[in-house]
Amino acid sequence: MSQTLVAPPPAPSTDERLARKSMLGRLMARPEVGALAGAVVIYVLFFVVAPPFREAPSLATVLYQSSLYGIPAVGVALLMIGGEFDLSAGVSVITASLVASMTAYQLSVNVWVGVLVSLVVALGIGLLNGYLLVKTRLPSFLVTLATFFMLTGLNLAVTKIVSGGVATKDISDIDGFDSAHAFFASDVVIGGMNLRITLFWWAVFVAVATWVLLRTRTGNWIFAVGGADASARAVGVPVKKVKIGLFMTVSFVCWFTGMHILFSFNTVQSGQGPGNEFLYIIAAVVGGCLLTGGYGSAVGAAIGAFIFGMTEQGIVLAGWEADWFKFFLGAMLLGATLLNVYIRQRAETRL
Amino acid sequence: MTTETKAETATPLVKLTGAGKNYGNINALSGIDLEVGASEVTCVLGDNGAGKSTLIKIIAGLHQHTSGTYEVAGNEVHFNSPREALELGIATVYQDLAVVPLMPVWRNFFLGNEVRKRLGMDIAFMRRTAKKELLDMGIDLRDVEQPIGTLSGGERQCVAISRAVYFGAKVLILDEPTAALGVKQSGVVLKYILQARERGLGVIFITHNPHHAFPVGDRFLLLKRGRTLGYYRKNEITRDELTALMAGGAELEELSHELSAQDGAVSAAAAKMLEDEVHDLGITGKTP
Repeated sequence: MSQTLVAPPPAPSTDERLARKSMLGRLMARPEVGALAGAVVIYVLFFVVAPPFREAPSLATVLYQSSLYGIPAVGVALLMIGGEFDLSAGVSVITASLVASMTAYQLSVNVWVGVLVSLVVALGIGLLNGYLLVKTRLPSFLVTLATFFMLTGLNLAVTKIVSGGVATKDISDIDGFDSAHAFFASDVVIGGMNLRITLFWWAVFVAVATWVLLRTRTGNWIFAVGGADASARAVGVPVKKVKIGLFMTVSFVCWFTGMHILFSFNTVQSGQGPGNEFLYIIAAVVGGCLLTGGYGSAVGAAIGAFIFGMTEQGIVLAGWEADWFKFFLGAMLLGATLLNVYIRQRAETRL
Repeated sequence: MTTETKAETATPLVKLTGAGKNYGNINALSGIDLEVGASEVTCVLGDNGAGKSTLIKIIAGLHQHTSGTYEVAGNEVHFNSPREALELGIATVYQDLAVVPLMPVWRNFFLGNEVRKRLGMDIAFMRRTAKKELLDMGIDLRDVEQPIGTLSGGERQCVAISRAVYFGAKVLILDEPTAALGVKQSGVVLKYILQARERGLGVIFITHNPHHAFPVGDRFLLLKRGRTLGYYRKNEITRDELTALMAGGAELEELSHELSAQDGAVSAAAAKMLEDEVHDLGITGKTP
C-alpha cells in the first residue's frame, strides 16, 4: 500500500503557475480598485466642466470636505468588515461635541476636561451598542437604529434644558480652547497651500487602520468575524470582544470628528448629524466593503470619502444646483456596488 | 502487515472499552470498544442515527461517557471540554471545517493561532509555513494568498486536516469528510488520510460509505442503533462483507419483497435489481 504513496516532489523556489496571474489581475483583486476607477472618472469630469475645480485652493477644500466624511468612515469600514454596521454614527458625532461643549461651559472647567468626558461618553455609546448586539443577538440594524433615535432625542432635549436653545454657548474664551483648537481644527500651510489639520489626522487613521487590518492578529480576527463568525469562534477567536471593540472604534472616530466640529465653529447645533451615518456607510461600500462583512479596506473607504468630497464641491464649482449632490450619492452607490460585485467575481474566478 | 504487529504491542493513542452514553433514560450508545494507534486508521461506519456523532462527541470531549472507560495513551480520561482533548492532541475536523471562505489560505491556516512578532504578525513565516505544511500533505497550492473559498471541497478539507496536524494533533477525528464530495474529490481526501497515517497519526474516520472506508482503514467499527454491529481488523473482513453489513442484507431483501408486491413495472424492475444486489453481496437473508 505504501508504494503508491510517493513523496511529493521538492518545492520549486518559484512556482511557474504564478506567472498566469498577471500584475493587472493582482491589482484587480484589491477591494478598492472599483472606487479608484470611480474617483479618476469623477476627477476628470469636474476638471473638464468646472474650471475653478482645477485650482489648488479648490483641491484643499475638496480634501477638507472629504476628511470630514473620511475620518468616521475609517471606523465604519472596519465595523463593516467585521460584519456589522452602525446607524448611530452620524448622531454620535454631534453627541460627542455637545457633551464636550456643555461640560466645559456649564462646569467652567478647562475644555480638555470636556474633551475627555466626551471621549468616555462616546466610548460608552460604542460599548453599549456592541454589548446589546452580542447579548441580545439582534441585528446591528435594529440595535443601532434604536441608539440613533435615542441619541437624536437626547441631543435636542438635553441641549434645550441646559442652554435653553438649539445651539450650545460659544466656548472660545474658555481655558484650553487654543490648544484644543490647534490639535483638532487648525490650518497647516504647506507650499503656499492652506490645508486643514483633519486631512493629516485622516491620513494617520487610514494608515493605522490599514496596518491593523493587514498586519496584526486583530485584523485577522476582524476579517474572520465578518466572514464567518461561527468558524471564527470554533478556532478560538473572541468574537464578542472583537465586535464590541469595533463599535468602540467607530465611537472613537466619531468623537474625533465631533471635536473638530466643536473647535472649528466654537458652538454646536444640536439638530445636526442625522443622515451623515449613511454617508459614512456609503463611503465604505463605494470603497469596496461588503455589506455582508469579511471583505473591504480602509483605503477604499478613504477613496469613497474623497469621491464624495469631490462631488459635493465639484457640483458647486461647476455652477450646478447643489441639490444634485443627493442624486449623485444614490447613483454612485448603485454604480459602485454593481462594479464591485463584477470586479470581485472576475478576480475570484480568474485566480 | 507490519503496522498491525506494531499496533498489537504499542499502547493505543485512543482506546474505548465498553463505553456508553445515556441521556437521561435514553440509551444513545452502549458497549462500544474502539482503539486507534499511531499510523492507524480506524473507520467508524453506520447509518444515520447509528450513534456515530455521539461517539465522536465523546472522543472529542464535547460529551462525557456515562459507562465504560476512555483512555488516551494508556491514561484514563474524562474530558470537560474539547480544549482538554485538544491539549492531549485529539483534534476534530468537522464537516463545516471552520474556515472563512473570503480569507486567504494562510490566514485561515493560522486563524486563532497567529504567530506574533512585536506589535504585528510574522506574516512571512506564516505564509512560508502554510505553504510547506500543505505541500507535505501533498497539496501543492500555487498561491497561499488565494481565498480559501476558491479551493475545491476536497482541498479545503485537506487544509483543515493539515492545520490540525500542524498544531499538534496526534489523533485526527474526521467527521464524514467525504459526505459532501464527488467521486474524484473523495479520492483526494482519502489520499490525505493515508498521508496523515504515513506521518504517524492515528485517524478516526467517520463515514457511511464502505467503499471509502475499506481502502484506507485498518480497523472497522460498525454501529447500529447505538450498539456495535461488528468490529473487525482489515484481514478479518472483505469489502463485500463490509458493504453487506452496512447495507443490512436482510433489510434490502425485505425492501425488495415490498417493492415487488406493489403494482407497476418500475417497482418490479427496482425489486429485481435489489434482489440481484443482495445476491451479489453474498447475503442470504442473514447478516454474517
